Amino acid sequence: MIKRKLDIIVIGGGAAGLAAAIAAKESGVNSVLVLERNPELGGILPQCIHTGFGLHYFKENLTGPEYISRFISRVHDLEIEYKVETMVLELSPRREVWAVNQHDGLLNLKADAIVLAMGCRERSRGALCIPGTRPAGIFTAGTAQRLMDIEGFLPGRKVLILGSGDVGLIMARRFAMEGAEVMGVVEVAPYPGGLDRNLQCLRDFGIPLYLRHAATFIHGSDRVEAVTISRLDESGKPIAGEEKTIECDTLILSVGLIPENELSKGAGIQLDPNTGGPVVDENMETSIEGVFACGNVVHVHDLVDHVTQSGEVAGKNAAKKVLGELPPLERRIHLRPEGNIRYVVPQIISGERPLTLFSRVKKPASNAKIIVGEKISIHKRIVKPPELVTIKLTSELLKKLNPEKKELTVTMEE
Amino acid sequence: MKTTVLIIGGGIAGTAIARELSKYDVDVTLVEKEKDIAFGGPTKANTAIIHAGYDDKPGTTAAKLCRRGNAKWGRLSSELSIPFRRIGSLVIAFNDDEISVLYELMKRGEANGVQDLRIIMGRELFEMEPNLNRKAAAGLYAPSAGVTSPYEAAIALAENARMNGVSFLLETEATGIIIKNGKVKAVQTNRGTIHTRYIINAAGLFADEVSAMAGIEEFKITPRKGEYVIYDKNLRSLVNHILFPIPSPISKGITVTPTVDGNLIAGPTAHDIEDKRDASTTFEGIEEVLRGACKLVPCLSARRDAIISSFSGLRPQPSTGDFIIKSYEEPYGFINVSGIKSPGLTSAPAIAEMVVEILRAEGLRLEMKSDFKPYRRPIEHPFRDFNPAKAEALIDQDRSYGHVVCRCEHVSEGEILEAIRRGATTLDGVKYRTRAGMGRCQGGFCTPHIIKILARELGIPVEDVTKKGGDSKVLLYRAKHLLIGDEKE
Repeated sequence: MIKRKLDIIVIGGGAAGLAAAIAAKESGVNSVLVLERNPELGGILPQCIHTGFGLHYFKENLTGPEYISRFISRVHDLEIEYKVETMVLELSPRREVWAVNQHDGLLNLKADAIVLAMGCRERSRGALCIPGTRPAGIFTAGTAQRLMDIEGFLPGRKVLILGSGDVGLIMARRFAMEGAEVMGVVEVAPYPGGLDRNLQCLRDFGIPLYLRHAATFIHGSDRVEAVTISRLDESGKPIAGEEKTIECDTLILSVGLIPENELSKGAGIQLDPNTGGPVVDENMETSIEGVFACGNVVHVHDLVDHVTQSGEVAGKNAAKKVLGELPPLERRIHLRPEGNIRYVVPQIISGERPLTLFSRVKKPASNAKIIVGEKISIHKRIVKPPELVTIKLTSELLKKLNPEKKELTVTMEE
Repeated sequence: MKTTVLIIGGGIAGTAIARELSKYDVDVTLVEKEKDIAFGGPTKANTAIIHAGYDDKPGTTAAKLCRRGNAKWGRLSSELSIPFRRIGSLVIAFNDDEISVLYELMKRGEANGVQDLRIIMGRELFEMEPNLNRKAAAGLYAPSAGVTSPYEAAIALAENARMNGVSFLLETEATGIIIKNGKVKAVQTNRGTIHTRYIINAAGLFADEVSAMAGIEEFKITPRKGEYVIYDKNLRSLVNHILFPIPSPISKGITVTPTVDGNLIAGPTAHDIEDKRDASTTFEGIEEVLRGACKLVPCLSARRDAIISSFSGLRPQPSTGDFIIKSYEEPYGFINVSGIKSPGLTSAPAIAEMVVEILRAEGLRLEMKSDFKPYRRPIEHPFRDFNPAKAEALIDQDRSYGHVVCRCEHVSEGEILEAIRRGATTLDGVKYRTRAGMGRCQGGFCTPHIIKILARELGIPVEDVTKKGGDSKVLLYRAKHLLIGDEKE
């Protein structure tokens, strides 16, 4: 068994984790170790061979592999240590980590700071309880993407896609480009779940989008043979007589992402039921001192650029913590989402420094005002559930806050 | 091919009989139509409960074998390393009428020879089950009830039987029975004729059809569908015992039960259907399960997000209402082990002993083997209940145990390789032996890896790997196949 003491351990070598490790190393911390469970660094990005990455961060339009390779190169240049195919088994509240890989065997590690960057996982068929049989040929969109663009396999030739999230839309196009017949994209909500630019994927290939529909039965004993979809009424219930059975050999699910916080739960880190991720303060520090979190493990982001930025904040502050340069927040003001605001991250701010809040809305709205506390009001022309809403709190705006308040609501007026 | 005893069906009854017979010096063959043990039906999809034995009417075969079977599970599970925990069960009553049913059940249990039954009321009930519906009035406590893993049990029984000389023929379906001069001669299968002196019909849902091949049409098997949902392990501490409602005339009702693996399971419904192959779930069925579960444990109503899977199983409901375990004057040599509905899993070890007695009575000479090996080593799961010293020792022996493939259940490549060495040839075969893919992501992350491991170890193309045999191929083509064809062509 290998026992080691490090300055910082980063759990997860995707966009968030690499940004955190780089920021930490650049801040002058020497021993940084990145633990990644996949055989390669980069998280989900090596399989995202489409463009659209880096428009904000690099002001360039990059593919996933291009985007992440810049960070991987930086990891190599800075000689940051990393271990791939390494599974973290346990995290203790005292910042001890049990991990394992084939080469080292068991690793018992301890660090002054930990950065959680485990990302998220896809919601499965089981979680939705879609009725029907249990044949082969049902994949989550991310799994299908990995199979196609990393492993080199085409799961099937007649494909129905459930959920119009970004990965679902992109996979609709990928299947079409592979020569597969994409029978449609089915979405429960009355509006698409993905970003506008990804809806182009459907238009380009003439793929039908069934809004306000749900999959109500999966057919086929060995392999998927067909899927019945039903139109939903206003309350979300299937309307009798409005079913349609679509023949297909493959069903792809893009029905939501869940921050992967089993390690956080094991360590007893406080989670936010609205995000599914840890409660963090403006330094991205969690409820356990010295444990930071960033990227999709905190909340599911829309753009990798934002993931990278949150990684940088977490990495920088983890470094400061190790170097003894991170004083406790002067004040801890809790932000409470209300009304159309589903969540706000970070959940705790000091009110002393300008920062950007990330938020998601429950339903689309236009010409809306986001109200923080009583006095801060920020105008938003259009807000939609698939897109993160950024709330920039400048020094000017922060001056309006009542310094006595321990809790502020974040809400929306239309 | 020739054998002395041919068992038709590789479910819990067939494998228990195979293992029991493997103690004796006799030639035994088991045929299973599916690709693997326990793939067929009832064994892979049930509530996994070892019942105490108060449900069945005194005097029935089921009542007798259930109590006997229950008593055998402790030894069986330790000999074969089958996961099993005697966690006890509670039948919950909500009013005076239901409480009187508890007393009836207790009386019935006592008549069946079940000891330690007790009626619990008031504070003690909620101390045992803090999340139980506060409107619950009383519970019938049966400490001898337990939970196991039925497919792991069948696999363990089969492994041990094979170790002791039983032959297993998978993907071998009985299509006819040859009878000469009133005696069983052979079984025809899709893979040729197998000559045999005795036939044990443990064909589960299809037992009536196999029985009819022997000319015995005295019963019918109706598939009774039961739907279930499985909750995340995060909820493991919510329930401590097997919780039953008051039984209905046809079923023990929708239970909420901790599984032996630490999840919660709710179900089953009980609806008779026509098609023996229709193991589909339904919208109405799942809603019914959730209503039943929430009646016992109301806080589950807010935890729909914690459901990780739903499935349905078919119980082979016999028209006689009781297990049919018997031989016939004609055709001599044919033995039915049919209608093994609930409590079939509990009864399986007792059923096996009963079959041995029937064979003896039918004139088969059965002498104990001197070299019978009663023990079966389990597949080691070093990260399941993480024990650093044990994990390290295992990795030192075999580095592949250091490569965790299934993230949710922490299953290593070493465990998957061991499952394949023991006979897994499909994704489900690996899953049933290791739990890889049974966790909260339901195989999203590990499926591509396991497919590759299976293809490599079995020496087959990746496209030929199946979920559960037959036409259940997982990856149909290489990338670009539809655009430029396959290089191989």
